[in-house]
Parts: sequence; structure tokens; C-alpha cells
Amino acid sequence: MVLLGRSGSGKTTLLRLINRMLAPSNGQVVVEGKSTVDWDAIRLRRHIGYVIQEAGLFPHFTVAENVGLVPKLEKWDSARIAERTDELLRVVGLDAKEFAQRRPAQLSGGQRQRVGVARALGADPSILLMDEPFGALDPVTRSELQHEFSELARRLGKTIVFVTHDLREALLLASRIVLLQNGRIVASARPQEFLRVDHPEVKAFGATLHTVSGALA
Amino acid sequence: MTRWTFMVTHRSEIWSATLDHIALVLIAMSIAIVIAVPLGMIIVQHPALRTFSLGLASVFQTIPSLALFGFLIPIPFIGGIGPRTAIVALVLYALLPILRNTYVGLTSIDPAVLEAAEAMGMTNTQILTRVRLPLALGIILAGIRTATVITIGVATIAAAIGAGGLGTFIFRGVAMVSDAVILAGAIPAALLAILADVFLALIERRLRVL
Repeated sequence: MVLLGRSGSGKTTLLRLINRMLAPSNGQVVVEGKSTVDWDAIRLRRHIGYVIQEAGLFPHFTVAENVGLVPKLEKWDSARIAERTDELLRVVGLDAKEFAQRRPAQLSGGQRQRVGVARALGADPSILLMDEPFGALDPVTRSELQHEFSELARRLGKTIVFVTHDLREALLLASRIVLLQNGRIVASARPQEFLRVDHPEVKAFGATLHTVSGALA
Repeated sequence: MTRWTFMVTHRSEIWSATLDHIALVLIAMSIAIVIAVPLGMIIVQHPALRTFSLGLASVFQTIPSLALFGFLIPIPFIGGIGPRTAIVALVLYALLPILRNTYVGLTSIDPAVLEAAEAMGMTNTQILTRVRLPLALGIILAGIRTATVITIGVATIAAAIGAGGLGTFIFRGVAMVSDAVILAGAIPAALLAILADVFLALIERRLRVL
């Protein structure tokens, strides 16, 4: 599922409610049949993968240590962590031999983001939250990662909540697009039908697909 | 007697004053680190305490060192004549650079890194010990280095209240109007400060993670 909306529309807030980085002031958020306020926040978060823009990798950890973080917090033994780390790096298309011992500063933006995804998958969470994960990448790298990720998402079969303000990205990745405006859901549709929804905010986003050329000579 | 023969003839006395000086600095710095680093960690979470303790540490820094030594003498338990009073004053001086750098180091970490740490399900203690502290270490050490160099200098004044150390020569030299005697205290003190600075800079570079 993709949460779409302008800046300040409440996408990130909604995302953070799911892993209880925020607690609802009203109503409840239910994860796996249990309200998030009834979950132990730490347990809940280790159970949910989280990927953010610029990845937020730990600069003092190697790639392997970043990816193995949640398994390590969960006290897996080191052989199992090493095995899992290799596996996850393969999943996100990075060669473990080449990258495992590097530090985040020695990676390109796209590679960092791949490591961010691998880290989020660490302890095999059933839910993956992604907050504009490809937002800071150059357009070519972004497009490559979007296509690869769309493949990966299909293979993983996890519940993925993906935040973006880019309609193209939403149309490419979503099984369902939920459009937020001022903290409210104003539209929710499958990508094939999304552009036909009759709402001014949908029209506003639809207009971003048409490019105007020639303004700069 | 020329300037340098005094140093040669009194070398064993200078050497033992240097050792006293180093002892004063080491004891004062250890106490200051044990107070300021944990306090720096605490004030990250407590804004009210932050303003108060940073303010208080700044006040100590602004008191002229000779006056601070003087103020402490009449205070019961910590006061009096001798090294104990001197150590208390040196600790008060060393607090600010360490406290401020600890606080700055712990709070100047990329917010995305802290957000990720929280979202990965790290507890507050784990975030402090595995993320904030390692990333702040370089800046904390820089504060300790500044404080050490200051303390080596200020410790020369401790001789005024009978704490011994290299300041003994400086005060004696001033009283005798003798450059030779002043330099016998000043040169080793300056060398100590430079050596400490270089040595701590090396450690800082080795431990800095980035």
C-alpha cells in the first residue's frame, strides 16, 4: 500500500503511528489484532521493518553490523547473524564479500538505501514501513531501485506501507494508493483506477504527470 | 648564576615538583571526567537541569583562578591550605569544557540515525551506549583535551595555597625577582601542556570513528 500526499498531509505521522513512534491521541491503531498501545513498543518495532530517506545508517557500524543490528538486539548467535546478513545483502543486490566490511560513508546513495532495506528486513518482520526511501536519490538510480524494489516486494510477500509524494512512484509500486490531505484520507483506490477518482486533490496530483516543455530555452 | 644553571642544579627538586603537578592534574581531571561526562548524558534528557548545570559550570570558569583558590580556603571540609583545596578548584575549572562537549557531542548526531535507532527497537539505554556515545566520543575527548591543558596551566597557581607543583618555582621566582627560578617552573609546565595536548590528540584521532 502506498500513502500519497503533499508535505504535511500526515503520511509520516500515520506511518509512525504504526510502529508506535507516536501514540494515537484518539482511537487506536491495530497491528496483528492488537492495539499498538497494548504492544510493548520495543517488541513491536523489532517486529516491523523501517526504512527512511537517506537510510539513516549507523556511520560507526560496518554494512554487516548495520544489517545484523536487529538480529543482534534479538540475541541471535553470531553464526546465524552472519548467515542472515549475507542472505539479506544478496536479496538487495549487494555482494557480501565486497560490501560487508565497508562503512556507510564508503557507499553511494543507492547502495546505502539498499543496505537500509536489508537492515529493515533483518529479523524477518512481517510488516515493512518505508518513508520516502528513494526520495534523496538521483532520478536514474531512483528508477532502478524502484523497479528492483517492486520485484523484491512481490517476492517477499510482506505487508508494505510506503510513503511518497511522487504519483509515478505510487502508480508503479502500489497495490492500493491512499491519498491523504490535511490528515484525512481523501481517496483510496487501486492504481489502475486511482486517476479516475473524482476529487480535486487527485486531479492536482494527476496534473503532475503532464510535463510542460520548453520553459527554459 | 645564569638562567639555566639553576635548572640543572635544582633538577631533582624540579622533577619532584613536576610529578606533584602531574598528580594534581590527573586527580582533578579524573574527578572532573567522572562528574561531567555522566552529567552531560543526564542533561541531554533534562532541559531544566541543562540550563542550570551549564550555567553553573560557566560561572566557575569566569571566576579568576587565584580568587577561586582564595574563596575555597575558608569553606569547611573542602577548604584549607593544601592540595585538597587545589584539586576542588581545578575540578570546578575543568567541568565546563567536558560538560559542554559531552552535551554537544551527544546532541549533534544526525537525526535520521537516531530515528532509525528508535525504529529498529533499540531501548533508550541501547541508543545511548551503542549510538550516541560512540558517535560523540571524538567531541567528548576534545573537551577532555581542552580541560587538561587548562588544568595544567591553572595548577601552577595552586602553589599559592600551598598545594605544591611547578607553581612553587614561579611564585618563588616572582618573590625573588629571578627569571631563572620562574622559568624553572614555567618551562616544565608549558612542556607538560604541549605533551598532554599532543598525546590526547593522538588518542582522539585513534578513537574517532569517522
